[in-house]
Amino acid sequence: MATAAIEQHHPAHPPTATGLDTWKVGFWVFMGSETLFFGSLISVYMVYKGTSVVGPFPSDVFDIPLTSISTFVLLMSSLAVVLALEFLRAGRRSLALFWTMVIIVLGATFLGFQAYEFTHFYHEGLTLGTNLFGSSFFVLTGFHGAHVTIGVIWLLMLWVDMFRGRLRPENSLRFEIAGLYWHFVDIVWIVIFTLIYLME
Amino acid sequence: MADPHAIHDQHGHAHAEGEHHPVGWKKYVVIGVILAIITGAEVAIFYIEALAPVLIPLLLALSAAKFILVVLYFMHLKMDHAIFGRVFWAPLFLAVLVVAGMVILFKVLPKYGVFS
Repeated sequence: MATAAIEQHHPAHPPTATGLDTWKVGFWVFMGSETLFFGSLISVYMVYKGTSVVGPFPSDVFDIPLTSISTFVLLMSSLAVVLALEFLRAGRRSLALFWTMVIIVLGATFLGFQAYEFTHFYHEGLTLGTNLFGSSFFVLTGFHGAHVTIGVIWLLMLWVDMFRGRLRPENSLRFEIAGLYWHFVDIVWIVIFTLIYLME
Repeated sequence: MADPHAIHDQHGHAHAEGEHHPVGWKKYVVIGVILAIITGAEVAIFYIEALAPVLIPLLLALSAAKFILVVLYFMHLKMDHAIFGRVFWAPLFLAVLVVAGMVILFKVLPKYGVFS
């Protein structure tokens, strides 16, 4: 009877055994699986590191100052995520809209840097099939770039929802989950930047 | 069995204790500045030749510091329910183990002639 009453009032939110939102628990499990996915790609890169018999080699193509800027851009986008969520929860819609747009712009900027880098590498003669470095590097950073692209599209959709008033403090969990995804993409890049670029 | 720590808001929705965790935007900005400084330090260390012998441990330590700051504060694992941490740290530990295992098997042990 009590259950029926709850379902009548909140059909979309039945109480859970843990008291936690199942979306959020499920999303953390998903990020755990993604950790293993990127862990295996990083393993492949590390194993093939230094085994290419023909160039270009990492030292021939990497531009550390440029990648440092793109790393800084992605880190700052993570800061923008927590600020947007904080203001969304506080009901300060215009600030939440502003910081969400900042995330989208910074994410797109990061992708621009990656597109430039890939194009530059291509002109230097490095492709997916050139050598083991090219194969493992493009697969790893390409998958990361695909994740960033999905994040930008996701946040763009949330920005539209926020703008139209459909994303409010009461359902800010939608934004929190997208934010978790964005932070995850950021921490993967923290590892890639150190292991692949700086420890070349 | 329901979580004894779960609380219900005015709409009857269940929330675990500590699920909503206002940190404050000022603290977030401070963490953001720390992350930017660490990134700058990483790049500076990369170009300082005198630090070449300790480059790898230094970079790994700085990278781990950034990683932990983002996970604990930006992803709220420090303040959030422990179950989120469990489902994240366990696979992360496994992933680190896989990377370290592969590097030891394919890079370190062959140097000592283990497979020759």
